[in-house]
Amino acid sequence: MTLATGTTRLATLQDEPPAASPGGPADPILVVDHLTMRFGGLTAVGDLSFKVGRGDITALIGPNGAGKTTVFNCITGFYKPTEGMIRLSQAGGETYLLERLPGHDVNRLARVARTFQNIRLFPQMTVLENLLVAMHKPLMRASGFSLAGILGLPVYRRAQEEAIAKAAGWIARIGLTHRADEPAGDLPYGDQRRLEIARAMCTDPVLLCLDEPAAGLNPRESADLNTLLRMIRDEYGTSVLLIEHDMSVVMKISDRIVVLDYGIKIADGTPEEIRNDTRVIAAYLGVDDEEVAAVEAEVGLVGTSAGTTA
Amino acid sequence: MATGSTIGAVAPTVGRRSGAAFAEMLKDSALFALVTLGLSIPVVAYRTDLGQGTGLELTGRWGVVAGLCLAVFVLRLGQRLILGEVSRRREAHRIATAGAPPVVARAGRVLGPLTLIVALTLPLLAALGSGGLSEGRYWIDLGILILTYVMLGWGLNIVVGLAGLLDLGYVAFYAVGAYSYALLSTGFGLSFWICLPLAGLFAAAFGVLLGFPVLRLRGDYLAIVTLAFGEIIRLVLINWVDFSGGAAGLSSIPRASFFGIPFTAGEGGFAQTFGLTFNPIHRIIFLYYLILVLALVTNLVTLRMRRLPLGRAWEALREDEIACRSLGIDTTMTKLTAFALGAMFAGFAGSFFAVRQGFVSPESFNFLESAIILAIVVLGGMGSQVGVAIAAIVMVGAPELLRNLSFLKAVFGEGFDPNEYRLLLFGLAMVCMMVWRPRGLISERSPSVRLGGRGA
Repeated sequence: MTLATGTTRLATLQDEPPAASPGGPADPILVVDHLTMRFGGLTAVGDLSFKVGRGDITALIGPNGAGKTTVFNCITGFYKPTEGMIRLSQAGGETYLLERLPGHDVNRLARVARTFQNIRLFPQMTVLENLLVAMHKPLMRASGFSLAGILGLPVYRRAQEEAIAKAAGWIARIGLTHRADEPAGDLPYGDQRRLEIARAMCTDPVLLCLDEPAAGLNPRESADLNTLLRMIRDEYGTSVLLIEHDMSVVMKISDRIVVLDYGIKIADGTPEEIRNDTRVIAAYLGVDDEEVAAVEAEVGLVGTSAGTTA
Repeated sequence: MATGSTIGAVAPTVGRRSGAAFAEMLKDSALFALVTLGLSIPVVAYRTDLGQGTGLELTGRWGVVAGLCLAVFVLRLGQRLILGEVSRRREAHRIATAGAPPVVARAGRVLGPLTLIVALTLPLLAALGSGGLSEGRYWIDLGILILTYVMLGWGLNIVVGLAGLLDLGYVAFYAVGAYSYALLSTGFGLSFWICLPLAGLFAAAFGVLLGFPVLRLRGDYLAIVTLAFGEIIRLVLINWVDFSGGAAGLSSIPRASFFGIPFTAGEGGFAQTFGLTFNPIHRIIFLYYLILVLALVTNLVTLRMRRLPLGRAWEALREDEIACRSLGIDTTMTKLTAFALGAMFAGFAGSFFAVRQGFVSPESFNFLESAIILAIVVLGGMGSQVGVAIAAIVMVGAPELLRNLSFLKAVFGEGFDPNEYRLLLFGLAMVCMMVWRPRGLISERSPSVRLGGRGA
């Protein structure tokens, strides 16, 4: 324990104003500052700076191999960035430098939760157990690091009942009450995706990072996902950072979009601005600047979809 | 009536289907016979004999070829018929039992309490079965042996079954426990009841000591390092003669007392205090119940831990370490607790081993012991308490029982010792398990908590 608090103090910074790129949200929860990640000679992410607004849904998009997941892994403590700073400031004023925290403390202390591109549930454990594992920190404390729990003291029993109630609430919210006691691995793909989001939410995060939450979902399921994410933002006040390829999700729910290409930020703005950004279109469609207008018209990117969502 | 008519309607279809199937079988068998014919023409059909002069003479053996083809035909047909019947029966059985809980799961639910009752009353059963407590000593000794392995299996189950850390050097902690008691009692004169928790603590400390550097490794690498650790402990015990007595071991270890009352014939002994006539079996029965209690404590703690956040974190760790990290679980600490707790129970078992034998030597803690304990856990079904207990009974009890089967001696000769075939039997059991129950005897995992009510 003493070791952990020591690290916290080291990683906590109160002074020094954010030095990220100008503009962006006024009250950022997360400031990524000159982030660079190199793997040997390959620069996966190069000098990337962006901000995630508090209470916003921010999307990180870009073509395959643009370095989006690398950015995620840096933010959530799975990679240690080569250079740069990732600062998370909670509403209470505590600030954490995520790149300095040990992997699990990014969730435990800084309260950043994430999901994975290829779902990582605990397949043999039930839906309910998956959510209870996410409440490890409060339950562990209530169980007196297992001592009170072994003796079956009422302190722990009460905490466990609260945890189960909370988990049951989430299970109901994602519509899995009838399968709560079944192994998570037996669920259909779409349910597993939603369960993973619910599990991340059970850790009470201030920032939820979702890596391609709509991958492999059908249009109806993506629409459900949009509702779920909006609910997370509006009811829980959790800021959301998501990587997504499905533009129907990105354009509809994002408050802000950051576009990466070859590890470099090429655009950062509202969905409206991104939709009209020629560099983004070029990155996605891979055409010369002169031809962009023609391709836009052909795909109907500017004309139709702008009209429907605006 | 309804069922009768259904059967009546189904029967002709089945008959027609089986007729077609039989024709298919005949065709298949004929094909086999044809292939045999093709193969035997160059190999069997002619024999070369030394002729009258210098050359070779060919002797036709078409009768043999025909016999071979016929034999293959008949064998193949028989095989098809038997296999068909087996699969048909299995199908029928599957339909009949669909919806009912799996047989093994039900058996597990009944076997658990049954085993417990037998375990609790074993001395009585042994006495009744062999006509007297002293005569039943063999059975009680066997019970002690089995329960020691049950306890070790349950202890290792925490590490391997729950936390998913493959530990091939578990016996090292068993050795630490045994030597802790041996050295503390001979060197400092501490009693068993003080040494027992100390032995557990020492073993747990060794678990942490080993765990810190190696738990960042996974799977095979962890297995190799733990294997090496087990060997290191054994080699240290052999070579550090001043400390551990070397290969000769430590002897005349004080025996356990009944909470301070020694099991002696004289004044103030157990028999006299309780007004019984002295009988050495009293100590054996006491040891039996001691190991039973220790094993049950291990079981109880494991079952409790499964329902606690730490135990759930162990299982989550087994399933997906990366996801655990993303949920704020300190994976290193969690693994260490599993390692330490598993080691602690091995330490308890070790100190029991020392007090029971009155003698410890490095010989008792070789790799084979680790392998047996691991085999018990794997055969029992990783994470299943009942499965591990049954596997321990089978793995430890079966070779003992084989020793007593006198007809085996009649078959294999007077010098036959089933213990020599122990490893062969393990191998055989493992192969059979791989084929029929690849995930262990009891592979169904019962949830630690249920939404509808309190879980298992």
